[in-house]
Amino acid sequence: MSIKWRSRLTVYILSLLIWFALTDIKKFEEVAAGIVISFLVSLIAGHMLVTTEKSKSPIMRFKSAVIYLFKFLWEMIKANIHVAYIVLHPNLPIKPGIVKIKTRLTKDIAITVLTNSITLTPGTLTIDVDKQAGEIYIHWIDTFTIDTDQATKEIGGKFEKNLVEVFE
Amino acid sequence: MINEIVGMVLICVGITFDFFGVLGLIRLPDVYNRLQAATKCVTFGSAGILLGVLIIHGFSDLGIKALLGIFFIFLTSPVAAHAIARASHRSKIKLCDETIIDRYQEDNELLDKGVDMTSVEETNN
Repeated sequence: MSIKWRSRLTVYILSLLIWFALTDIKKFEEVAAGIVISFLVSLIAGHMLVTTEKSKSPIMRFKSAVIYLFKFLWEMIKANIHVAYIVLHPNLPIKPGIVKIKTRLTKDIAITVLTNSITLTPGTLTIDVDKQAGEIYIHWIDTFTIDTDQATKEIGGKFEKNLVEVFE
Repeated sequence: MINEIVGMVLICVGITFDFFGVLGLIRLPDVYNRLQAATKCVTFGSAGILLGVLIIHGFSDLGIKALLGIFFIFLTSPVAAHAIARASHRSKIKLCDETIIDRYQEDNELLDKGVDMTSVEETNN
């Protein structure tokens, strides 16, 4: 089976499971509609999910993904306390700026997860990605440094190592 | 019983962070800073409320829907923030006066010049 059709099959099964979780599985009409709609979705957009063969073992990747998830949740709780502190402070202690960071990640899905994580962690918001140059532009509410390398270490460094293990 | 208490506490925490997010939306100076408050606090707050619902109701119909809701909020909210921030910057909405650096602006100006140069060369040829 070619990689395109394997990707479509994965999308079909995933969307069918999500449909069953959202609707009442006991009714025949719901199940029939789910089968048809999942088929259409996987036909139109299914080829985008899996694009390359994976070389590492799935168990190692799963382990890295779980470590990443916990790291991310902890950073996210910190982010919320940080924003709450800024908002509640009478003088609004902000020092905003747009900085640039570099990334080693090349795959679309890895970059997407990295930028989403950056947006949800302390004081940073992804504005744009330059995939060719491997650069991400970030709005920083409390600009600590304007140097690209130092900003890379400060913002992306925490997550990048885990994401390389999961996706590349 | 204990489920209900934990769930209610989570819902209260969620509402508190939603409140901080809204407060940030009003107090912060420009669209980019406001998006920071809107994405972080509101994502976390809404996830907290949904998690509270999941704990109160367990893995029933309602609980599974709440879990899926958390998953999709985490996926979509940063993407929406990115799209709004990029669109604002492209339509030249000013950053607030406290801003100390704007690398995106610098690099984009270079890029615009580059595009102009190639188009000039093409017309010459």
